[in-house]
Amino acid sequence: MSTVIKVENLAKQYRLGLVGTGTLRDDLIGWWYNLRGKENPIHKIGEVNDRTQKSQSDYVWALQNINFEVQQGDVMGIIGRNGAGKSTLLKLLSRVTAPTTGSIKLKGRIASLLEVGTGFHPELTGKENIFLNGAILGMRKHEIKRRFDEIVHFAGVERYIDTPVKRYSSGMYVRLAFGVAAHLESEILIVDEVLAVGDAEFQKKCLGKMGDINKGEGRTILFVSHNMASVRELCNRAMILEKGTVAQIGPVEKLVRSYVQNPLLVKSENDLIDDAKSRRGHGEVRFTKIEINSGQTFLDPDKEIVIEFSCKVFKPISSLYCYMAVKGVLNSDFVTSIGPLRIADAPLSEGQLIHFKMTIPAGTLRTGMYPLYFWTGKLKEGPIGENYPYDVIDSVYYMNITSDKNERDLGYNPDQPGGYFNMPCKLSDVTFI
Amino acid sequence: MNQSTDSWSKVIQPKSSLLDLKLKEVWEYRDLIMIFVRRDIVAVYKQTVLGPLWFFLGPLFTVVTFTFVFRNIANISTENIPAPIFYLAGTTLWNYFSASFNGTSNIFVANASIFGKVYFPRLVAPISQIISNLLKFFIQLLMFFVFWVYYYLNGQISINSYALLFPLLVVLMALMSLGIGIIISSMTTKYRDLQNFIGFGLTLLMYATPVIYPISAIPEAYQPFIQFNPLSPIIETFRYGFTGAGTFSWGALAYCSGFTAVVLLIGLVMFNQTERTFMDTV
Repeated sequence: MSTVIKVENLAKQYRLGLVGTGTLRDDLIGWWYNLRGKENPIHKIGEVNDRTQKSQSDYVWALQNINFEVQQGDVMGIIGRNGAGKSTLLKLLSRVTAPTTGSIKLKGRIASLLEVGTGFHPELTGKENIFLNGAILGMRKHEIKRRFDEIVHFAGVERYIDTPVKRYSSGMYVRLAFGVAAHLESEILIVDEVLAVGDAEFQKKCLGKMGDINKGEGRTILFVSHNMASVRELCNRAMILEKGTVAQIGPVEKLVRSYVQNPLLVKSENDLIDDAKSRRGHGEVRFTKIEINSGQTFLDPDKEIVIEFSCKVFKPISSLYCYMAVKGVLNSDFVTSIGPLRIADAPLSEGQLIHFKMTIPAGTLRTGMYPLYFWTGKLKEGPIGENYPYDVIDSVYYMNITSDKNERDLGYNPDQPGGYFNMPCKLSDVTFI
Repeated sequence: MNQSTDSWSKVIQPKSSLLDLKLKEVWEYRDLIMIFVRRDIVAVYKQTVLGPLWFFLGPLFTVVTFTFVFRNIANISTENIPAPIFYLAGTTLWNYFSASFNGTSNIFVANASIFGKVYFPRLVAPISQIISNLLKFFIQLLMFFVFWVYYYLNGQISINSYALLFPLLVVLMALMSLGIGIIISSMTTKYRDLQNFIGFGLTLLMYATPVIYPISAIPEAYQPFIQFNPLSPIIETFRYGFTGAGTFSWGALAYCSGFTAVVLLIGLVMFNQTERTFMDTV
């Protein structure tokens, strides 16, 4: 296997704030240093890029010191939090913008799908846009013609193919865009988190298609996603970006595991507040700490699991209920749930601290990774209305249940548990006639 | 890693050589140029009732207005030929230059959304502008020739062998508008000041070009200024060749060609330097 992407010392600097007269001054300084053959002082490797910290300088290093290689046929998942540099890296790889320092060496054509509807012209029809997009991605007209039917069929927009794409829904946009990119004859395919727009069926189809072009055609794929299930399913290797640098790189299983456990855990009431997807609620009560088996990383299916909660009351409340759900990592459906459990049915005043534990008996869950969903709030009053959430923490904590026992001792294959639970079931009356 | 560097098909680095104009890559994307051209043309009359007729209506109204204002009110000479054909010759050419220049001079800003998401040689965009405007120019030229035939049959204008220079004039105009346009577009990605100037600058330039007057109508003392304008020889030559009005000079045409070559080269270099990181500042 040969190396198709080699990235060395890559760094990218951006300017913070607006372009104004200060920019002109910096440009002049840079130009003056260049003229004398010196290094631009603004391009000196600087502070770590932390989204939450206010910067001292006007410049920011979106990426620093990136070094990695991708082998032909690899499907590399790129994971990291918002602002870690994933999209910047993909932009550099797909040549949308040039790096500040370092180099990228590539073998073969790159097709990238960085955003929905890349290069779609709203006035043109779906058909015209397929040709436009194909050509933008570097395909010749006859190449597109040859694969046209396949693309339309894959996208499932036959009915709308002669309609201007401005009348398309955003889902149809992605379908068409992905269809073109996936059917391109390129050696490397770059896919940013664009599939989230499509429906579940289409996402599945895309993942399947990416799997096919990887295994069937040996094409290399770089895939950015926040959906660990898709990353696990599709990728064989992964890279974790953290604050603009490569934190880890290696086999996908190990990295996803370390990523989800990498404690982005709730330590105070404000953690994750800005991340609307993972934390919601009105804030009368906040979880201040959640700990699973005293912080143990791997959980044994044969031992009980104890989850300890700490909450704090911020505004007076009349009652407090708690609810916990165990989700599946592949489709984030609830596997099962407990609650609402009553913690308090009397008014609690501001500043009140509450601790409680939930215990899952030994042998309940099979091996696997389970995102957890925690809810605290008050119940709906009367038959109509909705439960009122104080705080919701969704898929921030994971239970990672692993076992070193083998199939015979465990009663199932720990690598393919074939479900989430040990279902009580008895075999009997086996007769040979 | 024992691979030699030349086995890489592409190496991305912060800076590229000044003279790497990537013209070969542009050629590989020729299909995209054609699709862009088509897109530009089609988008003009999609959802219109009159459709391609719009390409004629603009210049027609311009000529009527010019004839009324400059010929009938201001009484500016049109050198013994009928005013409509005089203005039509000037504006048809001028419109091409002005449309191509307008199209290319804000190519980065206008295409930021697409440039920001996907790579293709950026030069494809201005080139397709030049070509799509060329098609519109040919359509308008049709109208010029309708008038031309009419006046020619009436014996009011004459044609001479300098009309054969027409293809050269078109090429010069295309390349010149491309060159100047991409210089401006490269300069406006970060600082938009220049863009404010372009709006009225183009109008001013029209008055400094013999579109609505012949060079001969200019007082002797100011003639060098008008001849300094590299667009003047193009319009004068065209008008001279097809109508017999005006002047022709090989020197002026050579000056114009030289100017075009220099501007185009500078433009390509600047454009290629800018396209690499313009997304960060646009």
